[in-house]
Parts: sequence; structure tokens; C-alpha cells
Amino acid sequence: MDFTLLLFFLLAATAVATALGLLLSRNAVYAALFLVLNFATVAVFYLLLGAPFVAMTQVTVYAGAIMVLFLFVIMLLGAEKLPKGEALPWQRPLAIGAAVILFAEAVYLLVQRVRLTAALPDPGTWENSMESLRQMAGMLFTDYLLPFEVTSLLLLVAMIGAIVLTKGERAVRS
Amino acid sequence: MIPLTYYLVLSAILFTMGALGVLIRRNALVIFMSVELMLNAANLAFVAFARQYNAFSGQLFVFFVMTVAAAEVAVGLALIVAIFRVKHNIDVDQMSSLKG
Repeated sequence: MDFTLLLFFLLAATAVATALGLLLSRNAVYAALFLVLNFATVAVFYLLLGAPFVAMTQVTVYAGAIMVLFLFVIMLLGAEKLPKGEALPWQRPLAIGAAVILFAEAVYLLVQRVRLTAALPDPGTWENSMESLRQMAGMLFTDYLLPFEVTSLLLLVAMIGAIVLTKGERAVRS
Repeated sequence: MIPLTYYLVLSAILFTMGALGVLIRRNALVIFMSVELMLNAANLAFVAFARQYNAFSGQLFVFFVMTVAAAEVAVGLALIVAIFRVKHNIDVDQMSSLKG
């Protein structure tokens, strides 16, 4: 077993374990920190796949900005302790059954239908060079210019929406 | 070195765990985090396919998914804060009425 494969299995085990921690932890802060660790692990996968810029964006945007927002809201609401709460008795087994079916379908579609068993080419120095980043940026601003512009509109709408939602509530209370 | 199939199976596992989190947890914040886990699993598959086909499109789609996730989190957390102000609770079982 070579080093890359060993690294892959180690990281995969970490990713699955942190996802399990997110599912099972009874404290919202712990759940958020498990998710940060999961995002960091996936960022290392991106590095293994020769996508260094995506990996850095993952760390700064996902593990940084988005999860800080989550932690901020958890602290703001003081909602870190999650009550046990009586679940519907049939809900958990049904959910696990549905998840097993979903997993089986996903594996069937992705593995059986794609039928790619060849090993991925290892990223060389070109993938980690500025030249590859320059080409990707060129593609973003030519072929994908319209989605890029729509993205800016989406962010504007989200910003206005967030402000209106939190501001309107305060006006109702006073 | 690593077959594409391994990445796809890992992505499927993470996606399923995110879906399971949405189904079994009752705290709105944890449900949101599970949705993020699902988006992340999809991103992993995108980057793996980008590596396989040596195309940048997969990596560019990851950026768009990240933008949508950021917008979704901003609006969703604002909604959760607004609901918390009215109900003092973010248990999804409590959100059963249409008029606050």
C-alpha cells in the first residue's frame, strides 16, 4: 500500500468520524466544530486532487466565514444545549432505512453506471502552478461570465433578505 | 493513484450522513449544518470528476456551489434568529403553525 492510498484512507476515516460526531453530538457548538474539522479534511482531499485554489477557498469561505457565522448565531441565541426532546418513535428507524436506500442508489449510480476503475492521474506541478490558476480564472470570466454575474445578484438578494428579516422583527417587537 | 470510485463512494457516504442528519435531528441549526455537509459532499464529487476529465468546469462549479451555500446560510440564519425571537426555541417540532 503506497503512501497516497494510506493518506486517503486516514483522511476518509477522519471525514466520516467527524460527520458522525456532527450527527450524534448533543451540543451545537461541538457539532459546529466537528463540521469545521470535516471541511478541513475535505480541503486536504482537494489538495490531493490537484485543486489548491479550491482547497484554500474551502478553508477561508467554508471553514472560516460560514462556520464563524454559525458559531456566532449559536452563541447569540444561547442555543448550545440541545434538549433531548421526544422524537416520534417511528421516525429514527424510518430515517435510517431511507438513508440506507439513498446510499445504495447513490453508489449504484456513481459506481456501476460511471464504470471508471482506472486510477486518477496524480496532480503534477502544473496543477499547482500560477499558470493553471490563470487559465481557470480566464474560463470563469469568459465561458462562465453569466453565472458569475448572476452570483453577484444572488449575494445581493441574500444580503438584503438577511437585513430585512432581522430588522423587521425588531420593528414588530417595539 | 487513487481510483475515482473511492472518492465517489466517500462523497456518497458524506451525502447520506448529511441527509440522515436532516431527517433525525430536530434542532434547526444542526439541520442547517447537515445541509452544508451534503453540499460539501457534492463539491468533493465535482472536484474528483474535474481531476478525472482534466477539466476546470468541475472546480468552477464548486465556487458557484460555495456562493449559493453562503447566501443560503445568511438568509437561513436570519430566519432562525427571527423565529427564535418569537418562539424562544429553534426546535423544528415547535414550528407547526403558519402564523408566528
